[in-house]
Amino acid sequence: MGQLDQSPLPLHRKSQMFTNFCTEHNVPECVTHINQELLSLGLPPVWAQSGSSTDVNIVLVLNCMYDLLQLHRRDLQTVENMEMEQLKSSNNVDSLQLTITRLKEQLEVAKRENTGLHERERQLQLKVKTLQNGLKNDKEEIHKLQNIVSSRASQYNHETKRKEREFNKLKERLNQLLVDKKEKRLAIDVSNKLERTDGRRSLWKTEKTQAKHEGEMYKTLLKDYESRQRDLLLENAELRKVLKQMKNEMMGILTSRRSTDKGDKQDNGTLEVDSDVEEGIDSCQESVEPFSIQTREKLTNSVGRQWRRLKNHMERLDSRDYSEDIDNGPQETSNEMDKLRLVVRQCKDYIQEQQHLLQQKLGAYCVESSMLSDCHMFQEKDSLRDEWKNLEDQKKNFERERRNFTEAAIRLSQERKTFEEDRAMWLKQQILNLSPFADSKKPQRSKSQCAFQISETESSRALLPERSSTSPTLGHAPSVASSTSDLLHTLSFICENSSTKPKKSEDTGDTSFLAAKHKWWISGGDHSNLALSWEHGSI
Amino acid sequence: MNFSEVFKQSNQLCKVSPDGKYLATCVQYRLVVRDVITLQILNLYTCLDQISHMEWSSDSQFILCAMYKRGLVQVWSLEQPDWHCKIDEGSIGLVASRWSPDGRHILNTTEFHLRITVWSLCTKAVSYIKNPKACHKGIDFSRDGCYMALAERRDCKDYVCVFVCDDWHLLRHFETETQDLVGLEWSPNGCVLAVWDSCLEYKVLLYSLDGRLLFTYSAYEWSLGVKSVAWSPSSQFLAIGSYDEKVRILNHITWKKIAQFEHPAVITTTKVVVYKEMEKRSAAGNEELSLHNLTMDSTLFGNQSKYEILPSPVQMPVVRPDPDRPNPKIGVSTLAFSSDSRYLATKNDNIASVIWVWNMEKMSLEAVLEQMSAVRCFQWDPRCPRLAICTGNTNIYLWTPTGCVSVQVPSDDGGFQVHSLMWHCHGDPLILLGKDQLCLCYINTGNEDK
Repeated sequence: MGQLDQSPLPLHRKSQMFTNFCTEHNVPECVTHINQELLSLGLPPVWAQSGSSTDVNIVLVLNCMYDLLQLHRRDLQTVENMEMEQLKSSNNVDSLQLTITRLKEQLEVAKRENTGLHERERQLQLKVKTLQNGLKNDKEEIHKLQNIVSSRASQYNHETKRKEREFNKLKERLNQLLVDKKEKRLAIDVSNKLERTDGRRSLWKTEKTQAKHEGEMYKTLLKDYESRQRDLLLENAELRKVLKQMKNEMMGILTSRRSTDKGDKQDNGTLEVDSDVEEGIDSCQESVEPFSIQTREKLTNSVGRQWRRLKNHMERLDSRDYSEDIDNGPQETSNEMDKLRLVVRQCKDYIQEQQHLLQQKLGAYCVESSMLSDCHMFQEKDSLRDEWKNLEDQKKNFERERRNFTEAAIRLSQERKTFEEDRAMWLKQQILNLSPFADSKKPQRSKSQCAFQISETESSRALLPERSSTSPTLGHAPSVASSTSDLLHTLSFICENSSTKPKKSEDTGDTSFLAAKHKWWISGGDHSNLALSWEHGSI
Repeated sequence: MNFSEVFKQSNQLCKVSPDGKYLATCVQYRLVVRDVITLQILNLYTCLDQISHMEWSSDSQFILCAMYKRGLVQVWSLEQPDWHCKIDEGSIGLVASRWSPDGRHILNTTEFHLRITVWSLCTKAVSYIKNPKACHKGIDFSRDGCYMALAERRDCKDYVCVFVCDDWHLLRHFETETQDLVGLEWSPNGCVLAVWDSCLEYKVLLYSLDGRLLFTYSAYEWSLGVKSVAWSPSSQFLAIGSYDEKVRILNHITWKKIAQFEHPAVITTTKVVVYKEMEKRSAAGNEELSLHNLTMDSTLFGNQSKYEILPSPVQMPVVRPDPDRPNPKIGVSTLAFSSDSRYLATKNDNIASVIWVWNMEKMSLEAVLEQMSAVRCFQWDPRCPRLAICTGNTNIYLWTPTGCVSVQVPSDDGGFQVHSLMWHCHGDPLILLGKDQLCLCYINTGNEDK
């Protein structure tokens, strides 16, 4: 037989194999060969070696074929499984290799970082070392400099002391020279000695005075210490009072809180203890003496305790309030806040208004320079000057009017005077007519008299208002007279009247008028001639 | 606000009598005494040389005129102008001269501080005090006039002598623990004496009247130390200003530091009112340029200024001093308490144009006033909390807790530069001193405008 290929061949080669393996000539060899193969595989043989018949048992052959097919299928299955497993494992291997590479890279990076950090640390340590060295050097330098400074200072001290001693020697020498030199002139020259300010005579320096001085000195010191102690005691007492007040208030708050609280019953016991202690402290409250250490400690401890209790209460209340009164609290507070905000806004508006008004007012005189204040002053001065001018003008007007009035009065009086003169003349004529040969003129006289009366009254009436305008004090109607005495009286009265001018007219005018009148009386004028002639006539 | 006319004065010597009735000024070698209200000249005295120092006696009856160059002191009487007194120190020289508190003794310090001569005007007797220390403030009288503290330097050590002014009896003599004592000051109640060291060492020592050391205070070492010290008028506080630009307040009960006031370059708190003086540019069109106005007051061309309130944060104009020179212009050099002890005004030398006002009740900064030029002088009103400041220009500045105002001093020639100022002991008027001029400012004249 030829060399047979033992490897499992693919199925598509099946036909080739069969044609190659068994021919009509080598059947028994083939059968024995196949039997051997089957036996090696563990299958029952196909042909039993009986020798005689070369007939193959078909059943055995088919069974054999079936077994072989089963074996084959099983093998194929295992091959498939093994291929699957191989794929899986190769995938695993790939992924593992990927992770390996990644980790290797990471490792590399980490190693590099590590080396870098190491490097940095080394550098920093180097720096630290150098800085420490520098610090040490600086400290050493400082020490050295300090030593130098102190040594120099001591050296300078020594030098200054030496110089000072020399200087003292010089001073002593100078002193000797100057003091020993006897100076003739008096060093002090006072015109007369003064008295002491307290008026007493000075005392000799004795031990008594020395003791007195010591005593006075100690007295001043003691007074100062006593006043200081007094101040400190007062301050101490006040502080104690404040402390006690604080404590009482705290206790008050706590007790009021306790009535609402349900817990904290154990505090009651301590409260009683406290009150005992406080009574003890109260009793010596009145005195301003310093407390002993024990009472001081008790006081501070009790205050501390109360304060701690209050603090706890407040904390508890805060936590409780936050949880329970979340509805009421914010509303109330928000209402109050709104009210307060409104009040604040109103106040702000008010303040702004005030500020505005203030600025307006101050804007008038805000600057403190003298120039502007002078301007104001000038303004005021100008206004005052104007007013003054007005007043002066008015005064001038008044003066003018008064002068006019006086002139008018003068004129009036002159006119009156002339009138009176005429009247006098007329009266004279009347008088002349009154003489024995004056019958014809009687009715005239009466008439004239009447006329005179009328004119008198008229003139008097006319005179009166003028008189009253110029001088209300004067002015009484000159009496009308018919008899000679009366006439003379009126004549004299005329003179008086004419002489008595209204008060307001000036004296110079008065005198000049009088002078004029006098002149008139003396010199020209028919009146005087008439009078003379009348007198002459009468005689 | 009314201003009197300008008078002449020399040497910034102008003092009001302790009873407040008279004003004495020196013009070269003449002493002029005026009535404070009417400014009429009451008396005129002539001294022998130019007057270097002038002082009223405590009873306002006598005036001391010292002429340091000639070594002479002349005393004049107000009641009897004929009375005369002349003290001649001779060749020993004269460096300082002052009254004793009883107004009957004169203390003359000789040249080189060889000794202090105590002349008595009652007995013509003389006493000598040896080895007085030549320092900034070596003598202080207690406010009630009973005791005098004198710094003494002997064998390179500092001592303090306490004398009873009645009869110059040496009450106490003790050594102080200072390197180089520079000043001493009694507390206003006369019970404590504050003694401080030179600026090379920060040390303030407090001694009681009987010589016991009560407390030693030293804030730091090595840097320059104390620059100025001031007691509050109520004796409750001692304010110490130092070269580190801080003021430390000690209390009188424990003598511990209760507050520290710093003078930073930037103010960030909003509770402080910062006033800054700005120049006021007056618009020329508004005013009448009449000749009358121009001659009346030269405010048109003068520098009027007003205050503006700056919002925080505010930057202060700091001037860094030269570190190599001695006596650097750094640190708190001037401290002044108001008369009711409620306020403290300070000036920091490297921010020299700024005055800081501290509230002593709250122990915090109340107001800051920034001027246009360096502040020369400031003083509190002796009656109410009102601070008057002058910076060497023609304005005076007033600060009260309600506000502050800048007023220009009117003058005919347009330039009364105010170099220093002092209040009258009753609070009004304010006396302004120029270089050689003097002017009074009456603040409360009926209607105040601020």
